[in-house]
Amino acid sequence: MSQHSITFTLNGKIQTVVVEANRRLIDVLRDDCKLTGTKEGCGIGVCGTCSVIIDDKLMSACLVLTPTVDGSMIRTVEGLSEPGELTNLQRAFVKHGGFQCGICTSGQIVAAEALLEANPHPSEDDVRAWMMGNLCRCTGYYQIVEAVVAAAKDR
Amino acid sequence: MAAFEYLEPATLEGAFDALERGGEEAHVLAGGTALVLLMRLGLVIPSFVVGMRRIEGLREIGISKEGGLEIGALVTHAEIEGSALVQRFFAPLAQTFGRVATVRIRNQATIGGNLVHADPASDPPPMLIAMDAEIVVARRGGVRTISAADFFRDLFEVALEPGEIVTAIRIPPPPRGMLGTYVKFLPASQDDFATVSVAATLRLDPNGGCEDVRLALGSVASTPLRARRAEEALRGKRITRETIDAAAAIVAEDVDPLDDARGSAGYKREMARVWTRRALGELVPA
Repeated sequence: MSQHSITFTLNGKIQTVVVEANRRLIDVLRDDCKLTGTKEGCGIGVCGTCSVIIDDKLMSACLVLTPTVDGSMIRTVEGLSEPGELTNLQRAFVKHGGFQCGICTSGQIVAAEALLEANPHPSEDDVRAWMMGNLCRCTGYYQIVEAVVAAAKDR
Repeated sequence: MAAFEYLEPATLEGAFDALERGGEEAHVLAGGTALVLLMRLGLVIPSFVVGMRRIEGLREIGISKEGGLEIGALVTHAEIEGSALVQRFFAPLAQTFGRVATVRIRNQATIGGNLVHADPASDPPPMLIAMDAEIVVARRGGVRTISAADFFRDLFEVALEPGEIVTAIRIPPPPRGMLGTYVKFLPASQDDFATVSVAATLRLDPNGGCEDVRLALGSVASTPLRARRAEEALRGKRITRETIDAAAAIVAEDVDPLDDARGSAGYKREMARVWTRRALGELVPA
């Protein structure tokens, strides 16, 4: 087992963690950095609840080994707005009922944020194609699509 | 996840050193979507992992003097999907990479990692085989190329020797007028592995006959499968409903699918026939 001192930017702040090689990013975010907005659902890269943005790319934190993010810029749901504030996108989710039980919501928000950065004016089809990897077991997909399209118009 | 030692060499030479040191136990980590998952599930338990991310020169997409496309092993699926160079070179190739799994996977998974992982249900291998791609493999003191059609040896097994690393994928320039498509049967969800998939490239002569054709299928055997007998049946013939049906029937004879959650072997055999017909029918509307 090797130990690694890993430095990355987390939500705009420089962070150094000392980790063993087999620590996944999702565990370091939740257990070491105490940012529990990133959830573990399937643990195999399918469900999207652990969506994070690494160097401006949407990825699954459950499939990333922490030593491989040395020097990266990482954003989680906690970093999208100031504490106590909501982004336009988050307000749109509230207004359109873009969540029910809420377990998938932080992943949905992070995925939608990455979409709007890559494509500021997505069509409904664009939203569906991009977000298909973020599962909602309450099946609230229509409201999620509505919320993202509305947020794009509002930006 | 079991413990292991992790090294991130800065050069290919350093990677060869690390592979020698790790011996049989060493695994190469590219994007990580396959290896991290397998380690997490305990299906691969390496004591030594060699990360490729710091090695320069493996992330470029370029055109060679002969007009072929060269894609570095660490180029991601999303980078290939979005590359104007690849889209101009052969749009169906870029589209194939754009249909792999989800945007998250495409942002992380690399072409080199995809090939070495050798999942027979994966999307890029059939298309790369249908384009006569070659895989560039480096070892200490040498480089060799392996054709994509010969690269896959068995379920999750490829023709790499110990100490070898995939560094690039080369694709010859498509002959003028070459058509291509990649179709996949996804009865459950769009991000699932295909039940059956078919890549086809086709060149017609001025009289509408088949000058040349490649057919390669995914999820129908322990490796991606090139359907050579079906290609032979089409070469020189006019592409009609009848010749397409005949070729698709040969494909159904030659596939060797496994029973799994996506269907029985018999069902996949029938779907291989149906989707071969659809792929060719898409290239030559009747």
